[in-house]
Amino acid sequence: MSAAVAPPATPAPVGAAEALGARGAVAAIIAAARTRDRMRAVAVAGILVAVIGALSIAALALGAVALAPGEVVGALLESAEGGARFIVLQLRLPRLLLALLVGAALGLSGALLQAVVRNPLASPDVVGVTGGASAAAVLAIAAGATGAAVSGAALLGAAIAVAVVLLASGRGVAGARFIVVGIAVAFLAQGVLGYALSRASMQDAASAYYWLVGSVGSPSTSDLGVLGAVVAVGISFAVLARCPLGAQQLGDDTARSLGAHPVGIRVAAAAVSTVLAAAAVSVAGPLAFVAFVAGPIARRLRGAGPAALTAALVGAVLVLASDLVAQHLMPGALQPPAGLVTGAIGAPLLLWLLIRRSRLEAIA
Amino acid sequence: MTAPLLRAEGLSLGYGREPIVHDVDLDVAPGRFTVLVGANASGKSTLLRGLARLLPPLGGTVTLGGRPLSALPTREVARTIGVLPQNPVAPEGIVVADLVARGRYPHQRIFRGRSSDDDAVVAGALAATGTASLADRRVDELSGGQRQRVWIAMALAQQPRILLLDEPTSALDVAHQVEVLDVLRAEAARGTTVVLVIHDLTLAARYAEELVVLAEGRIVARGEPGDVLTAETVERAFGVEARVLTDPDTGRPVILPGALAGVISTA
Repeated sequence: MSAAVAPPATPAPVGAAEALGARGAVAAIIAAARTRDRMRAVAVAGILVAVIGALSIAALALGAVALAPGEVVGALLESAEGGARFIVLQLRLPRLLLALLVGAALGLSGALLQAVVRNPLASPDVVGVTGGASAAAVLAIAAGATGAAVSGAALLGAAIAVAVVLLASGRGVAGARFIVVGIAVAFLAQGVLGYALSRASMQDAASAYYWLVGSVGSPSTSDLGVLGAVVAVGISFAVLARCPLGAQQLGDDTARSLGAHPVGIRVAAAAVSTVLAAAAVSVAGPLAFVAFVAGPIARRLRGAGPAALTAALVGAVLVLASDLVAQHLMPGALQPPAGLVTGAIGAPLLLWLLIRRSRLEAIA
Repeated sequence: MTAPLLRAEGLSLGYGREPIVHDVDLDVAPGRFTVLVGANASGKSTLLRGLARLLPPLGGTVTLGGRPLSALPTREVARTIGVLPQNPVAPEGIVVADLVARGRYPHQRIFRGRSSDDDAVVAGALAATGTASLADRRVDELSGGQRQRVWIAMALAQQPRILLLDEPTSALDVAHQVEVLDVLRAEAARGTTVVLVIHDLTLAARYAEELVVLAEGRIVARGEPGDVLTAETVERAFGVEARVLTDPDTGRPVILPGALAGVISTA
């Protein structure tokens, strides 16, 4: 058939030996690359968990009554005396758990949205999701609501913001349009927020303002339960949807031709991201920068990919470290909320990772 | 084992309400190397997107083995038709083996990730495209030609019977164009149906077993390149007067463009 009219052979660009044999050797290279990737995943996760462990002991040990690390471990293992046990389990553990859960929720939320929009700017705090949640929550606080009503309002505000951004960016979701629309929605939310604050009583406005900076100070058990459940859902989604998310990373056309449903995955991931952000914001306020920065840091650590689970760990480290700094290292009698510190810690960390990588590439 | 027949019947395609491709009937020859050519905006990429179910028909149908594409589960279509779109996106930092392995998506299930069978298929796809030595390199460090062959490897990892490619050579120099086209011709020789859009008429004529010429959203000629690429067809499809010579080695037509045809210069 085609042999009769085949043009003369071109200078073999495709190694003939490579094409014929050595397929087993190639499979071995692939397996080795995957093993290396798994080792890196384990190493990164291990280091982050170790950092979380060390910070957690510090968080449980430090305070008005300083405890030795041994006392902290003893209290956790139910062998210590009543006083230390009360301080650790009743006073400090809830705050620690809340910091970890809020950080994980924000990190996961940011990484998922950045992945499906394929843009590192697409984090819930940039595109108005946390803004919508904050505005709705402050409107609720100004109207005298507390507890679950505030959380519900935050979720509703976040859902409205993300729906507006997704619908208004239409076909241009994976591009600048999504970000531009998102920033517009964020400004809109800011306007609503300003209005709500100006209408509130001085007392409500003060409590709303403190909440707006973001703090993990005073969680209730039900807060922790709800947030824990939401984080569990987010982690399950990231694990179960890893293949469709991986296909979606290659662009909508390629994803569709691979048999994935890129729009469906995007809407599902945006919904999960929204619930995570709204849940975190409704409990702890809009902690600045965590959702934005956790994803890029996680991707640098892991080398590639959505790295959603790594982002959850990075988020937990950031919030925990920020809360420790806010509680113990800031001068003066006033303890600032953790939200003031997250940006101050996260931004230099991201810059350092970016600069270090480009320097490595310049050398290589 | 021949590939199932991909057929367009009365197919109209477009992005708004105005069709770009009008009422096209086309049987894509199974197991052969088909090249779509045409001027800019002639609808060749649009037709390819329609055949690849990336664009829903405004009218008519596309059938695969006699069944309408729109009625088939998308994963099942993905196990038969591999597509390389014009601008695929490589995630930052991804390595070649990982990118190619994503072509296994239509063969994977939620709870069963990658297996060693997948590794063997990925290795085969890398070997077939001459990219095995790049397996652990980062995609963003590769040259244009290497990257294009890696994307073809990703489509091959789908184990498709039909491969559709939208201008896979347009950003490459001539050596890399030949490299990519050689890989595709080897796939066609193995019985895969290959359909691609390219701009270079002489390269199209050299590789095509079946050439389809589009103008203004309609097929104006199709068949063997020697029969199809006449000076008359080139002028009609591209609006340029051309001399058509014959390559003495291959017997294939070689197109030398001349002056713009009068019709176009006054239009």
